[in-house]
Amino acid sequence: MIARTVVTIAALMLKEAARRRVLWALAGLTVALLALSAWGFSRLGAELGSLTSGETRLIAAQVLNLVMFGLSLIAALGTAFLAGPTLAGEMESGTTLAVLARPVRRSAVLVGKWLGLAAFGSGFVAVAGLAQFVIVQVTVDYWPPQPVIGLALLAAETTVLLTLGLLLATVISPMASGIVSVGLFGATWIAGVVGGVGEAFGNEGVALTGTVSRMLLPTDGLWRGAMHAFQDPVALTRLGAEVEGGFPFLSDASLTPAYLTWSGLWVVLMLGLAGLAFQRRDL
Amino acid sequence: MSTGASVETADLLADLPPSAAVWCSGLRKRYRRQTAVDGVSFTVGRGKVVGLLGPNGAGKTTVIKMLLGLVRPDAGDMLLLGRPARDPRARARVGYLPELFRYQPWLTAAEVLALHVRLAGVAVPPEEQRECLGVVGLADRAGDRVAGFSKGMQQRLGLAVALVTRPELVVLDEPTSALDPIGRVDVRDLLLALKARGVAVLLNSHLIGEVERVCDRVVILDKGRVAAAGSLAELLGRRELRLRLDGVSADAERRLAAAGQLIRDGTTFTIALPADQDETVVPELVADLVALGVRVHAVEPARISLEEWLLDILRAGHEGERS
Repeated sequence: MIARTVVTIAALMLKEAARRRVLWALAGLTVALLALSAWGFSRLGAELGSLTSGETRLIAAQVLNLVMFGLSLIAALGTAFLAGPTLAGEMESGTTLAVLARPVRRSAVLVGKWLGLAAFGSGFVAVAGLAQFVIVQVTVDYWPPQPVIGLALLAAETTVLLTLGLLLATVISPMASGIVSVGLFGATWIAGVVGGVGEAFGNEGVALTGTVSRMLLPTDGLWRGAMHAFQDPVALTRLGAEVEGGFPFLSDASLTPAYLTWSGLWVVLMLGLAGLAFQRRDL
Repeated sequence: MSTGASVETADLLADLPPSAAVWCSGLRKRYRRQTAVDGVSFTVGRGKVVGLLGPNGAGKTTVIKMLLGLVRPDAGDMLLLGRPARDPRARARVGYLPELFRYQPWLTAAEVLALHVRLAGVAVPPEEQRECLGVVGLADRAGDRVAGFSKGMQQRLGLAVALVTRPELVVLDEPTSALDPIGRVDVRDLLLALKARGVAVLLNSHLIGEVERVCDRVVILDKGRVAAAGSLAELLGRRELRLRLDGVSADAERRLAAAGQLIRDGTTFTIALPADQDETVVPELVADLVALGVRVHAVEPARISLEEWLLDILRAGHEGERS
C-alpha cells in the first residue's frame, strides 16, 4: 500500500511539473542562460589567446562555476517554488482532502511528493549541466575533471533545498515557504563566501560563519563540492595560495565523506520533521 | 491456535451481524478555545442513508473530516465498515465528496478518476470509469482538463470520484452546493440509486427537502452536540390539524384541547395530534364540534415538515440556553 502510494504520487508530481507553467519558465531561463554563456565563452576563447594554458583553464573553470551557479539557482528556485504550492497550496485549496481520504498514509504521500520533486530537480540539473559542459568543450576546449560527481552534488543541493521547501510548506503558506527557502539558500551562500574571506585572512571567527551555515543548511557545502569537481585541479595547485578561500567561484577542497553523510542525514531528519508536521495537521 | 478453533472463530465472525458502515462514539474536537464537536455519537447502518443536519458551525463538516482521518479528534472512537478509522485501510471502500471540492487542475477528468482508482488500490476497468463519468453527466468532458471546468462541473466530477471505486460507504458533504436545479434532481436520483444498491450514505446537506426525500434517518447537530436523532418516521410521526371555526364556546374549546396541544390564532385553531392517534379521531372531533354549535369552515390535516421540526428543535435549544 505504501509503495503504491509513493510511486503514484511521485508520478503525479512529475506530471504536474511537466504540465504547469513553471516548467516553461524554467526551460526559458535555462535556455537564456545557456545561450548567454555560449556567447560569453566564445568571446573568452577569442580573447584568451595571449594567456598560458594554465591561466586559460583556471579562468574557464571559474566562469563555468559561475554559470553552473546560475543553473543551480534556477533549479533551486524552480523546485522551491514547486515544493511550496504542491503541499501548502493543495492544503489551502482543498485538493488534498479527496486524496488523503483514500486509504493512504500521509507520510507516503509526502515521500511520494519529495521523490517526484527530487527526480524532477535532478533531471533538470543533469540535462542543463551536460548542455553547459558541451558548450564549454566546444568554445574553450575545457571538460570538467569529475562531471558526474559534480552533477550528482548539484542534484543533492537541489534535493536539500526542496526538502526544506516541503518542511516549510507543512507549516506556512505556499508563497512564503518558497520565498523563505530561497532566502535561506542565498543567505547560506553569502555566509559561505564570508567564511571563505575569513579563511583567506586567517580570521577564525569570520571563517566559522561559513562552517556553521554549511552545517545548518548543506546547500552551500554541496555547492562547493560540486565546484571542486568542475574545476581543473592542476591549474588550481599552480596558482596555489593566491586563490585559497578568497574566490567565491573556486573551491579548494573536495567534500569529506563525513559531510556527505551529514547532508544525507539532514535530508532524512528534515523529511521526518515534515512528515510529523504533516501527520498532525488538521485539514 | 488449532485449525478447529480457527474454523470456529471464523464461523462466529460469519454469524455476527455485519458491522455498521459508520459507528462513532464520544467524538470531541476543540480548535484553540472553540469547541467544534462535543461528544457526538451516531451510527450509519449498512445500506442506510443518513442525513446530517444542523445550522452553520454546528460541527457537521468537522465530524465528517474526523471520520475520514482528515482532522484528529481529541477524544472518541470511530469504526468505518468495521475497522478502526485510524487505520487508513478502513477507507478502502469509502467514497468522499468534500465540501471544499477541488481536483488537480492540470489533469483531465478521466485522469483524476484513474488517480483515485490507483490510490484506492481497486481494480476498476477504464470502461467502468468512463461510465462513472457518464452517470454524473461528464461523459463528453472526459478528456478535458479540470482547469476549464465550472464549479458545478467540478462538483459533478467530485461525485464521480466518490463513486468510482465501488464504495460501500459514500460520504457527501454538501453535494449540491454548486449545482443548478437539474443537477440537484440528478443527485437525488443518484442517492436513490445508491440506496437501491445497498450502499450506505452519510449526507450533509442544507437542503432539507432533499434530505427528507432520500434519508432513512437524520442526526441533528447543534453547537457540536447531537440535538436529536432518529428515523424520519419516528421524528415526523406527529401530525397537525388546522381548523377554521366560529361560534366556539368554552365547552367547544375544551373539546378541542382534549384532542391535542391547541394553539389559537383568531378563528384558526391548530391541534398537534399525537403520533398514535386512530382514524376516528378527526371525524369524531368534527361531529362533537358541530353538536356543540360550532360553525366549521375548514378542516385541514397537515404533516409537520422536517424543516419545521428542525427549526423547532434548534429554537428550543437556543431558548433553553437564554433562559
